[in-house]
Amino acid sequence: MGIKHLKVVARMLSTGQNNPRVCIVGAGAAGFYAAMHLTKNMANVNVDLLEKLPVPFGLVRYGVAPDHPEVKNVINQFTKVAQHPNVNYYGNVALGKDVSLHQLRQHYHAVLLTYGAEEDRILGIENEDAKNVVAARNFVGWYNGLPSDKDLKVDLSNSTAAILGQGNVALDVARILLSPIDELRKTDITEYALQTLAESKIKELYLIGRRGPLQVAFTIKELREQLKLKNCSTIWRENDFKGVEETIPNLARPRKRLTELMIKSFKEDHKKQEDDLNQKYFMPIFFRSPNKFLVNENQVLTGIELKCNRLVGDKLEDQKCVPTGEMEVLKCGLAFRSIGYRSTPVDRDLIFTPYGTVANDKGCVTVDNSSHLAKVYVAGWLGTGPVGVILHTMGNAFHVAKTVCEDLKNENCLDNRGGFEEVRKTISPGNNEIVDWKGWEKIDKHEVDQGKSKGKPREKICSVKEMLEIAL
Amino acid sequence: MLFRSLIRTLSSPRSYLVKYNCLGTSFSNYRQIVPLSTTKPALKDEKVKVSFVLHDGKRIEAEGKIGDSLLDVVVNNDLNIEGFGACEGTLTCSTCHVILKKDDYERLPGEVTDEERDMLDLAYGLTDYSRLGCQIELSKDLDGLEVKVPETINDARS
Repeated sequence: MGIKHLKVVARMLSTGQNNPRVCIVGAGAAGFYAAMHLTKNMANVNVDLLEKLPVPFGLVRYGVAPDHPEVKNVINQFTKVAQHPNVNYYGNVALGKDVSLHQLRQHYHAVLLTYGAEEDRILGIENEDAKNVVAARNFVGWYNGLPSDKDLKVDLSNSTAAILGQGNVALDVARILLSPIDELRKTDITEYALQTLAESKIKELYLIGRRGPLQVAFTIKELREQLKLKNCSTIWRENDFKGVEETIPNLARPRKRLTELMIKSFKEDHKKQEDDLNQKYFMPIFFRSPNKFLVNENQVLTGIELKCNRLVGDKLEDQKCVPTGEMEVLKCGLAFRSIGYRSTPVDRDLIFTPYGTVANDKGCVTVDNSSHLAKVYVAGWLGTGPVGVILHTMGNAFHVAKTVCEDLKNENCLDNRGGFEEVRKTISPGNNEIVDWKGWEKIDKHEVDQGKSKGKPREKICSVKEMLEIAL
Repeated sequence: MLFRSLIRTLSSPRSYLVKYNCLGTSFSNYRQIVPLSTTKPALKDEKVKVSFVLHDGKRIEAEGKIGDSLLDVVVNNDLNIEGFGACEGTLTCSTCHVILKKDDYERLPGEVTDEERDMLDLAYGLTDYSRLGCQIELSKDLDGLEVKVPETINDARS
């Protein structure tokens, strides 16, 4: 702390030049990777990381499945970034609520938006609001302890459930629902989710995709894990694999290996064993699009009406599906919608594309460019859409941060900007509950301590109020 | 000097993994368990030189101990390779993707596991001679090894 203050004084005395001030909005993977690049490549840069929640790490904390603790090791790298003397963290500050983009542009030299994609995409079909139709996004937030999802009502009393979508989120949801409960007890999954899952009656879980095995969006690691689950058999539909094996020699490596793994599992030919009460079934279905949800008189889900599809087009990965006109009814008591996320326009100055991303050119956001206002940039899912694993977000964040660096270095003379100290003055006096990195460290310690007694790596605090009580 | 590097090795995240995950075999940890008077004292401090050639042509040379992985070398020497080793050697990311020369690739012992291939499938600029740095263990034979670190940025992402 002392060193930090000395450095500030030294900087002020040594030169008349103003140091570049960058504001990053959203302390998830994209925000931290961008901060990492900025601090490594500009010695005099000041980076302020703003986060809507009191706690950092975004989807690394609230998206990554609890049984994937290794993926969360990246938090160690992010923590080093946050502890860098030129980086400050301000949690519990929301863009569009506590501060406006315009204000940030007044008080910084560059504003980088990395607040992700927090809404789930909807299907737009009949009865989508029925009871027991759940957004996978909310379910993930629920088991991971996201404050806004902690009160989700999850009814696992029916033996059959379906997931609409075939990406990695869909496979995460499937794995959490089908894993032996004792495997989950060792993770940082929330206690209430553990209790609900322990009483789950789900035996059969469908994974429904509108296209075929050659177009699945999940990655091979997640599929391999699913296929290896204890007490769970995977049952594929024979018709779905017609002609698939023949295409393997023509596929590029990642798709080829993924398809080979599916074919291998398909050939193992698992059958249902009705007498085995512990056995669960994972049942992927291809070439089906939901047409409408079927409900009873109480608006509770009873099934899904599916449209049958066939594929048209030459290039395998770009093939489009068209309905054949046939229909299939799938009975189930619970359905998860897992067809992607979209970002929310939290500030009125932002222009959004129809895909739910901020309109941008290689990370540069086109807003009115009055010279006295900071340039705006976007990185991560807010700019690219919700695709790829952390690696892809890392690449994108480095790329955009590089542009920020170049632009700042090209500025001849940076004027004096107040950064967060100025922004803080505009935040209404009611909200003085800003959580700094030390505050997060208190929450972190508390969570780890709470986990110890249960044999878990941590027990997350799921209420913002409680987080603030510990941090402040 | 030796003491300092030992401390650094032991306090690195990698050594945590070795202790709790049984995934790596870092020599420094071996030394922790076994008394210093091993039967092969000559081997103990033998260093292996490796170099990393970054996508912009920049070359980083470093030394590692026999038994270290390439990721250990990057972590223990605090090499400036951005984002390298995000999952700390647990085979859940591909940020330590390196490209070897054909001959080097072929003389590495052991088979590439399915789990390593699964992660490589997600890497940018995957080649036939790609490996994950966390899975390459240094041996005397590998002294002078040179690997390419491909760019992690790809605009044409799908």
